[in-house]
Amino acid sequence: MTVSDAPKIVTRHVGNHESWTLAGYLASDGYQGLRKALSMAPEEIAEEVNKANLLGRGGAGFEAGRKWGMLRKAEPIYLVINGDESEPATFKDHMLIEQDPHQIIEGTLITAYAVRATQAFIFIRGEFALGLERMTSALNEAYAHGAVGRDVFGSGWSIDVVVHPGAGAYICGDETGLLESLEGKRGFPRIKPPYFPAAFGLYQAPTVVNNVETMSNIPWIVLHGGDTFASYGEGRSTGTRIFAVSGHVKRPGNYEVEMVKTTFRDLMYAPVYGAGIRGDRQLKAFIPGGASSYWFGPQHLDLPLDQDEVQKNGTMLGSGSIVAMDETTCMVRAAWRITRFFHKESCGQCTPCREGGGWLEKILARIEAGQGRESDLDLLMDACDNIAPGLTWPPRQTTICPLGPSIPSSIASAIRMFRDEFLVHVKEGACPHAD
Amino acid sequence: MPRLTPDNTHRARDLIALYPRSRSALIPILHIAQEQDGYLTEEAMAHVAELLDLTPAEVRGTATFYDMFFTEPVGRYLVSICTNIACMLNGGYELLEHAESHLGVRAGATTPDGHFTLEEVECIALCGNAPCLTVNWRFFGDVTDERFDQLVADLRADRLEGSVPPHGTLCRVRREVGLEAGRAADAGGAS
Repeated sequence: MTVSDAPKIVTRHVGNHESWTLAGYLASDGYQGLRKALSMAPEEIAEEVNKANLLGRGGAGFEAGRKWGMLRKAEPIYLVINGDESEPATFKDHMLIEQDPHQIIEGTLITAYAVRATQAFIFIRGEFALGLERMTSALNEAYAHGAVGRDVFGSGWSIDVVVHPGAGAYICGDETGLLESLEGKRGFPRIKPPYFPAAFGLYQAPTVVNNVETMSNIPWIVLHGGDTFASYGEGRSTGTRIFAVSGHVKRPGNYEVEMVKTTFRDLMYAPVYGAGIRGDRQLKAFIPGGASSYWFGPQHLDLPLDQDEVQKNGTMLGSGSIVAMDETTCMVRAAWRITRFFHKESCGQCTPCREGGGWLEKILARIEAGQGRESDLDLLMDACDNIAPGLTWPPRQTTICPLGPSIPSSIASAIRMFRDEFLVHVKEGACPHAD
Repeated sequence: MPRLTPDNTHRARDLIALYPRSRSALIPILHIAQEQDGYLTEEAMAHVAELLDLTPAEVRGTATFYDMFFTEPVGRYLVSICTNIACMLNGGYELLEHAESHLGVRAGATTPDGHFTLEEVECIALCGNAPCLTVNWRFFGDVTDERFDQLVADLRADRLEGSVPPHGTLCRVRREVGLEAGRAADAGGAS
C-alpha cells in the first residue's frame, strides 16, 4: 500500500486553531491568493486553472477552466457556488464549509474576478446550520477585511457575495435545479437545451456553477501555479482530491489523497485512511462514487483513483464517496435503501423516474421481505433498462436530469454481482441476513 | 396566527435587497418565517407573498417542495435520524427503532407533550460518524442508544439551549452589510 507524499491542498487548514475564522485563515496565507490574482489579468488566472486541469469536484468531473471558457458573451455574468452536498455518503463539502469557509470565499472571489462576474452566490445546503453560521460570519469578516465589496484590497475591482440557504432537496444539487431554487422556485431541473448554464443560467444570464471543493482548490492553484497542481496525479486526473470513506471501514472519514497514485485499496485499508474492514471481515462490494454509481467488487480494489480509468471500468468517481460493505451486508437491502432514496427525492417531472423509482422500490422491498418471485429479477432489470437504456455508465438519459438514470446503478450492480443472493431471498421466503 | 413581526419584515426587506430579482429571497425569508413561528403559518406565507409580489399559492408551491419547511406545527425539537446507506450499514435503523420506543412515537409523529417530533431523513452528510442525527439541524454523530437517551434527557431539561436553538432557527448569524459593489444589472424579463 502506498501513501503518497503530495501536499494537502484543500484540507491543509483543517485542524488549525479556529480555522473557520479570519484570524485563523490569515495565520496560514489566507487571502494571499486573491491578492496575487488581483495583480494578474483575468485571462491569466483562467490559464493557470486550465494548466492545473482542475476537474470539477461535485460529481460530473467537468474541467473547471473549460466551464469558465464557455460563458456566453453577455452581461451580467453570475457565479454560483454549489454547496448543496446531498449525494448519499458524501460529506466532504460539509466539512469544508464548517472548517474552512474563508478558503471557499477566497476561491469564489478569485473565480468571480477571472470570469468577470457581476455577483456571486454561495448556495449552502439548508440542513448545514453550523455551516451557514460559519459561512455568514466568514463573509462578514471578509467584507470588513476589504476582501469583498467595493474596491477589493484597493484594486479598483468590486464584487458582492451572497450566502444563500437551501431548504432540503437532493435535486437542487443538479445545477439547473439549484438555479431554479436560487430563483425562489421549486427545484425542478431545467429542460435541455440549453445544455449549459454558461449560456443560460441564473435569470437566463450566463452563469458559472462550481462546487465548493472545486473553489477550495483555486487559491492554492493561483499561489503555486497550475503546473505545480498538475504535477500531482497523472493524465487528466490531476492534483489531490478529498475522498469520503464510510460504511464498514474501521476509520471512516474524509481523506485528501493524490489522484491516480492512490488506489481504492489504499483508501480502505491503509492504516492512515480506512484502516481495513471492521472485525477484519471480508469486503463484499463497495460503492466507488456516491449512491448514483455502479458498484465495484474486491477485484477492483487495486484500480487507481483516476476518473477516466474508473469510467473505463463502467462506473465513476462521482462525488468521491466510497462506501465499504462487508460480507454480512444484505445486498437486496442495500439496493432497496438507495432506490428508496432516489424515489423519495425524484422531483416528479419525468415519468421514468417518478413512477419507475416507486415500482423498483416496491419490488425490492417485497424480495427483501421474502415475498418476491424469481421473475422479479427480470422485471427489475427490465424496468431499469427502461429508465437508463443499455444499463451502461454514463447512462443513456430518458429524463430531464441524471437523477432517474442513476436509480438503476445500485439495482443492476446488485443483481449482476449477487444474483444468487436475490434467489435465496425468493426461495427461502426470507432475508438470509436478518437477525 | 401572526404575520412577520416588524423586525422580521425588516430582515426580509434586507434580504430582498441582496438579489437581482426579489423572488430569489423567497426561501431565505421562509426560513425567517419558520424561525418566528416554528412552522410556516398561512398568515406568514401570505405576508411573504405580499412582500415579494407573489401569490400565496406561489409561495406555498415553493415551500412545499422542500423537506425543511413544515406547514403544520412540529415539536419543540425536531429529531431527524438518518437511515441512508452509510448510516444503515452502521445501525441507523436500529437507532430509529430505539428512538421510536424511547419517545413512544413512530417516525413522522410528535410526542403528546409537544416536545419532540421524530422523523427519518435522507443522508445528512455526517457519514464518517454514522449513525447520526440532527436536532433542529444541529448535528450529533456516533449516536448509540445510550447517547440518544442522554440527549433526550438533556433536551427535556433544557441543558442544550445554547447549542440547540428552537425549531426553525437556522442561522443565528446575520449578514452585517448590504450590497456594496452596486446592484447587479438584471438580465431583464419577468421572474
